[in-house]
Amino acid sequence: MICRSIGYSALLGATVALAWSAPAKAEDLKARSWAAGCAACHGTGGRSDNEIPPLAGRNKDDLFMMLMEFKAGERKTATVMHQHAKGYTDEQLERIAAFYSRQPRR
Amino acid sequence: MKRRDFVKALGAGAVIGRAGALTGCATTGSGRAGRVVVIGGGFGGATAAKYLRMWAPAIEVVLVERDTAFISCPFSNRVLGGSMTLQELTVGYDKLGPNRGVKVIHDEATAVDPVRREVRLAKGETLTYDRLIVAPGIDFMYETIPGLNDPAAREKVPHAWKAGAQTLALRKQLESMRDGGVVVVHVPTAPYRCPPGPYERACQIAFFLKNAKPRSKLILLDANDDIQSKKGLFTQAWNKLYRDKIEYRPNSELRDVDVDTLTVKLEFADVKADVLNVIPPQRAGNIARQAGLINVNDRWCGIDYLTFESTVHNNIHVIGDAIVAAPAMPKSGHMANQHAKIAADAVAALMSGRPVNDEPTIANTCYSWVSSSEVVHIASVHKYDVEQKTLVAVQGSGGVSATITNNEARFALSWVENIWADMLT
Repeated sequence: MICRSIGYSALLGATVALAWSAPAKAEDLKARSWAAGCAACHGTGGRSDNEIPPLAGRNKDDLFMMLMEFKAGERKTATVMHQHAKGYTDEQLERIAAFYSRQPRR
Repeated sequence: MKRRDFVKALGAGAVIGRAGALTGCATTGSGRAGRVVVIGGGFGGATAAKYLRMWAPAIEVVLVERDTAFISCPFSNRVLGGSMTLQELTVGYDKLGPNRGVKVIHDEATAVDPVRREVRLAKGETLTYDRLIVAPGIDFMYETIPGLNDPAAREKVPHAWKAGAQTLALRKQLESMRDGGVVVVHVPTAPYRCPPGPYERACQIAFFLKNAKPRSKLILLDANDDIQSKKGLFTQAWNKLYRDKIEYRPNSELRDVDVDTLTVKLEFADVKADVLNVIPPQRAGNIARQAGLINVNDRWCGIDYLTFESTVHNNIHVIGDAIVAAPAMPKSGHMANQHAKIAADAVAALMSGRPVNDEPTIANTCYSWVSSSEVVHIASVHKYDVEQKTLVAVQGSGGVSATITNNEARFALSWVENIWADMLT
């Protein structure tokens, strides 16, 4: 167990070093985390085949425009999405739209 | 811990090791990413297990769940109303292994040793972990109701607040009740699991009575001073659909229950029932208590809202109904699903050495059935606030249904299908 403790300290050191030097990666992990929130209704990865529309693989600009219209209260058929969209910044909505546009449809 | 103690612990039963634990010092040097144990396979725990495997495939994830199938609390009030069966609320755990590589163990966690980082199971097995996610839901504070101390009494006065046998027991009592009988439901002081649940239950029972026992009525005794969620919509439903069927009595704090006469004892009155449903006060599930994770009001688990890591023990994360809720955050299955995703992302980050997301944002949608076909919702969005160090409801976001319609039923049915799939497939 002593060995393990040492191992952990070493790992912690490595963690700090990595955190400071981590380069920007291709995957937007914050957007992935925010988008995961949507998945409770829209399905894992935005894949849904019922009354709740799928998000996976759709055009990013279309998704973003829709979200902005929900946020502005301009989509008259909204039941709940206008209330959700208002909770996110424009930047968050754009990054969530970009995330779902990159998800496979199946 | 000294090595000989650890060896002794090994001898106590089969120990399934975290990365390297059985082979000495290889924990961090072997290239293995480590092991996470999740206790509890509800909306929080199952989602956390699945998402951790999706986001950090190198991490071994073991899910400990005592039941062999999941039974959903959301929509279970419809079983009381008669428009859904318990079978329709039941989903197996069989997909999490093949689809996601989650190791599911059907056993009950009986003890956590946060120093040795071990979880002991009822059947004798011991699991070691690098990080532990505790998602125990709630257990009932029966010690506050002397009349329900006897387990047999709890069969006669069911809570039906964990879906399953208790839901069926209450439904059966409703079916057997004489026409003209009085159903009494007692609501505990907030916070409790599912704020709109008791009022939805009143609708569902009244729906059943209206159709099957038209001379009967429901008395809803509420320890709180008002309806706790969707007040306007429930009031509308009661006036429109269940006039003379539901009698609502706020400020009705329960002192005790006489199980023999099915009587609720309030401070200034006794209320006698033909069918009595007492929803007892609640605290974080028993395993959280055993692990010493409860540190708020002797009921809930304090956490860091960026990671959901316990404020008591390192390397243990708590999610779902068991946590001390952030301001305006309901104890709901949907919220537990969202906690799970913050926790899974944070655990993946902490175990791989990348920074934790410092801007978590999560949302809630809760649908309530006011009849067999009409649904209302409440929604909210919660964002981490650096100053307050908690998740706060975003101003201007969220809200409730404009009115009662049939329109939202199709979304509610789709929601439940998708959230079950999001946790279990």
